[in-house]
Amino acid sequence: MSEEFNLEIVNPEKSFLNKEDVSEVVVPAFEGEMGILKDHISIISFLKPGILKVFSKSGEDKYYVEDGIIEFKENTLSVLTSSIFSLDKIDKNYISQSLSETEKLLGKDDLDDQSRFLISQKIDVLKSINSN
Amino acid sequence: MASLDDLKKRITSVKSTQKITKAMKMVAAAKLKRAQENAEKGRPYSEKMNNIILNLSNGISDTENAPKLLAGTGQDKVHLCVVLTSDRGLCGGFNSNIIKKAKAYFSKMVSEGKNFKIITVGSKGDDQLKRQYNDKIVERISFKDSKNVNFFDAEKVSKMIIESFQKNEFDVCTIFYNKFKNVITQIPQAQQIIPLKSSDTKKKDERDNYEFEPEEDEILGNLLPKNISTQIFKAMLENSASEQGSRMSAMDNATRNAGEMVDKLTIQYNRSRQAAITKELIEIISGAESL
Repeated sequence: MSEEFNLEIVNPEKSFLNKEDVSEVVVPAFEGEMGILKDHISIISFLKPGILKVFSKSGEDKYYVEDGIIEFKENTLSVLTSSIFSLDKIDKNYISQSLSETEKLLGKDDLDDQSRFLISQKIDVLKSINSN
Repeated sequence: MASLDDLKKRITSVKSTQKITKAMKMVAAAKLKRAQENAEKGRPYSEKMNNIILNLSNGISDTENAPKLLAGTGQDKVHLCVVLTSDRGLCGGFNSNIIKKAKAYFSKMVSEGKNFKIITVGSKGDDQLKRQYNDKIVERISFKDSKNVNFFDAEKVSKMIIESFQKNEFDVCTIFYNKFKNVITQIPQAQQIIPLKSSDTKKKDERDNYEFEPEEDEILGNLLPKNISTQIFKAMLENSASEQGSRMSAMDNATRNAGEMVDKLTIQYNRSRQAAITKELIEIISGAESL
């Protein structure tokens, strides 16, 4: 029996990615990274800024996501996100720009814990992308 | 009867108008193709989003503690109407259809003694509404500068709506837009987005069993604002496809009408020219006979 399942990534503008031979996906879920294999229990969760890793026959693909929701059901993983970039094609300028903008946000005082957490997450991820 | 010169002038003027409408039709057709593609590409996202929310909201056991965006404020006094129209004219009944739908809704509100506020998106709708409902319009938004419909714009609108909802400024929010069916048919729609109307209440036992991480309420709290952006974005996409479709058929009609007009005027021109010649001939002949 094959160990593969379907992956669908959609953003508001279009269907970003559609793959049928995915063996594992690691998503940056809100409460920590989560690896999803075939026959995972149905789950809904949302994402924090991070790297989404897709393992398939053709190798490993990495994407940077800022937010989103995932739903896994009947061996189809749907990722809904408003901002996703492939790490191979990502624009370094965008990253550094986004990094400086986010760092400015962190300086504000009126943040609640959750958004502070999300922002610092984002900064960490952006920094790690930038240093590569 | 108009003189020959006048007729000639009219014919050239109609012909040049026809050229313009023809060009506009071509442009609209090209834009329509892109807008339609975008609208179709955007559909999976909003459908998926809706599905997830439906599953989630069915899973919530105590409706009393459900987020207000889903359950509403429990009141039905102030309605917020978001009217999405275009920024450009010359697109047939596109804007008027939305406005008509919205106005019908407003007068219903008035007769039921409810209060309402209006947010207009797009300058054409604003132009038509401000004559009658100027004091009701709380916000005017126009995306004249952005070439294409983008999610960022939709988010701006939804942020505004959510902020005002959190300040308890309204109880129910409805958006008005044109749904794109095909090039000649666009259906004006009124869609309620706050509180969310679950269009089909799935049977409870049919519900899929999901694991939630974190808890349902927290996911819902995060998801509902996003859903509003998504719904508005969907409406904007549908609207832009409808606008181009409507403009295309309007301009097609205009081109055809101009053609008919040119034909009619040409016949009139030829007849009056012939009449003038005949008249001259008769004058010459009768002049010769009297000699």
